[in-house]
Amino acid sequence: MHELLQQVFSGLAAGSIYASVALALVMIYRSTDLVNFAQGEMAMFSTYIAWTLVNAGLPFWGAFAITLIVSFAAGMLIERVLIRPVENAPVLAAVVVTIGLLLIFNSVAGWIYTYTVQDFPSPFPDRPLFHALITTRDLGVIAVTLIMLLLLFLFFRFTSTGLAMRAAAQNPVSARLCGIRVGRMLAIGWGLAAAIGATAGIMVAPVLFLDPNMMGGVLLYAFAGALLGGITSPVGAVVGGLIVGVTENLVGTYLIASQLKLTVALALIILVLVFRPNGLFGTAIVRRV
Amino acid sequence: MEKSSAAIARSPVAVERYGAMPAGVWRWGSAMLAIAVAIVLPFTLSNYHVFELTLVMIYAIAVLGLNILTGYNGQISLGHGGFFAAGAYTAAILMHRYGVPYWATLPPAGLICFVLGVLFGLPALRFEGPYLALVTLAMALATPQLLKYFDTWTGGQQGINLVKPVPPAGLGLNQDRWLYVIALLALLIAIRTAANMLNGRTGRAWIAIRDHPIAAAAMGIDTARYKTLAFGTSTLFTGVAGALSAIAVGYVSPESYSLFLSVSFLVGSAVGGIATIGGAIVGGFFIQFVPNLANDISDAAPWAIYGLAMLLCMYTMPHGVVGSIKPWLARLVLRAAAQRATIGRNDQSDGGTS
Amino acid sequence: MAPILQLQALKAFYGQSEIVHGIDLAVEEGGMTVLLGANGAGKTTTLRAICGMVRSEGEIQFAGKRLDRRATEDIAALGVAHVPEGRGTFVGLTVEENLRLGGYTRPRHAPANIERMYGYFPILAERRRQQGGALSGGEQQMLAIARALMMQPRLLVLDEPSFGLAPRIVDDIFKIVARIQREERVSVLLVEQNANLALELADHAYLLETGYVVASGSAKALADDPQIRRAYLGY
Repeated sequence: MHELLQQVFSGLAAGSIYASVALALVMIYRSTDLVNFAQGEMAMFSTYIAWTLVNAGLPFWGAFAITLIVSFAAGMLIERVLIRPVENAPVLAAVVVTIGLLLIFNSVAGWIYTYTVQDFPSPFPDRPLFHALITTRDLGVIAVTLIMLLLLFLFFRFTSTGLAMRAAAQNPVSARLCGIRVGRMLAIGWGLAAAIGATAGIMVAPVLFLDPNMMGGVLLYAFAGALLGGITSPVGAVVGGLIVGVTENLVGTYLIASQLKLTVALALIILVLVFRPNGLFGTAIVRRV
Repeated sequence: MEKSSAAIARSPVAVERYGAMPAGVWRWGSAMLAIAVAIVLPFTLSNYHVFELTLVMIYAIAVLGLNILTGYNGQISLGHGGFFAAGAYTAAILMHRYGVPYWATLPPAGLICFVLGVLFGLPALRFEGPYLALVTLAMALATPQLLKYFDTWTGGQQGINLVKPVPPAGLGLNQDRWLYVIALLALLIAIRTAANMLNGRTGRAWIAIRDHPIAAAAMGIDTARYKTLAFGTSTLFTGVAGALSAIAVGYVSPESYSLFLSVSFLVGSAVGGIATIGGAIVGGFFIQFVPNLANDISDAAPWAIYGLAMLLCMYTMPHGVVGSIKPWLARLVLRAAAQRATIGRNDQSDGGTS
Repeated sequence: MAPILQLQALKAFYGQSEIVHGIDLAVEEGGMTVLLGANGAGKTTTLRAICGMVRSEGEIQFAGKRLDRRATEDIAALGVAHVPEGRGTFVGLTVEENLRLGGYTRPRHAPANIERMYGYFPILAERRRQQGGALSGGEQQMLAIARALMMQPRLLVLDEPSFGLAPRIVDDIFKIVARIQREERVSVLLVEQNANLALELADHAYLLETGYVVASGSAKALADDPQIRRAYLGY
């Protein structure tokens, strides 16, 4: 029982990383109708920026803040310059663009920073708490994620920019008629998603160790989590990410180790999707004829 | 005001023409020309280049399978590498374990992959868009792992070594050229079959389902049946391509059939033109040559160049190479036809006012 | 009085098809102009052209500024509020959020404006926390008009507000529109298939047929014209 709870809690910590990336994916999907396959590599690149800053002597949280700002700006720039040309093109073209971005980010990171695995500092000491049910590091990761989610919720619910972004995602035509610059809202969405991804990358790097391929698995689990929750639901993304994290951990501990773990976890998720093809919280797309 | 028979003969309403000849003649002519070039080419190139072109054609068949499913029927697949592997391993196991001659492995590989596709397509009916992407993605990821797991059949990590086909005596072809001929024949048959299906009733049903599934169902099209059929047909093509690749390369191993292969097929599809037949050939060229070119340009970050190539292709031709050329050609034809129509009308009116 | 909106030789296109073939139209400041015509005449297309939603050629003058070649959101910020065909409600957002979005370009006055809208449309006040999609057709139409008025527009463009609504509700809505026009002193360009009602309220009218203006003048003149009465008013 004790071990089960331990695995559940550490699964929640991993799950909060997946939840963050899943949330970024859902945000972009809702506004741009596109799965950003480059989300993981963007996060990895942001993490390398943070790593560079920390190595240059900056305190952790200072480097964290600067990285978030830089990532936000980069995300906006990517949307404006690299995604906008294919926004009105067939979806497949946009998908291929994000895959291309994935390759570019991964390759450039490897070129600049080499493929040597690096240590990444964690702001939280790694000590066991509550009779070794959970470590301070895991608790810290969950706390950071919760704070980020809270801030996002407040932003979207109570600020006019947040409201405008929700409107632009739901009904861009009506949003324009209200004077909302839909293009700018999309760019902000990508910026926020990039910042969220950066947070996730920085939180996970101490555990997974920093190398250009660090976020590959994370992206996969986050994608599965987002779909499990319902690709159109932010709440679903978070819940889905957490479930995937716990499932991955339990499968890895009790069922099957390493290699096949991913396959089994995905199989379980797909099994759920067979019964709920739009995810747990997703709404079926009602097509009017 | 009598219309002279000469004026009627000049009437532009008759056959679609490019210039002086009917469109059909142009299409056949260019196809024959392409085939002629394809036949002559291996005799002008080195063995290595011939081998590369063989791979291009094999990939083209695989991409054609994906075009049928994703382009014409609208079901996305990130997992076609898995079906390619299924075909490859079917051929490899038949040749290695049961001594089946290489040419006889193609039909069973195709059949098995067809069945696999149908079996996969049935549950896939429940999924759409990103959900279907995940399901197919899971399959692509599972493939190398499953191949390693069932190692008594698949040879596990080591894979299976095969004997390459011996060209029949008296034809004057070396091994590489013989493989090229086989691949070329397979490609031509694949194109012909695909064209027949796509231009016929099945193709129209597929396109209807892709564009407006509710209207298609309302018109009496059995959506489930056609979608499953699309899956099976698609995997049949890709599976046969996989078998051919096993024969041509002479070796199968789990590493070759990773997620990257599935992604490559999708990218090749998009670059060529997902809802076209000719685009598959462009896709085959892209998959085979661009990674090597990228390596030549920069060996520090070759995949960045590959990614950049993908971006540039999508910005300039979002509907793919062939997808972008087709409407442009059509516009040229329309403009020419409109010009002739004006001339024709002028002629007629001149003839009439006498 | 100078017209607040003037269209000159306006052509409008859906893709490659030319729908509106070079029309002239003016909306007097403070007045209500109605654009009549059967289905497919090009009325909605004209409104979309004014708001930059479809490709157009020709001149669009609004309060001394050129609107053609401007983006939709810029046109909205200049003071043209468009209530689109089908209402364009943000169905996933609450009534109050819909109104707040209308006030996006006038944030300082938004809270006061929201209260004023609740004054015109008490039913919206009752439903302020409900999702837009849960409202009935008539209520959504009121919400759409209120949202447009939140922009404090100089020109209100209404596209078929009576569409799909029961006659009683239509009456109510048009009474409110007339009242708003007087009290807010906003000019109105109205597109309607319900010619009877529209001609009663409007000052001026244009009749559009397959992309051409075939009749124009005061609303009374068009209402009295026997040909128009037979074709569009049914008697």
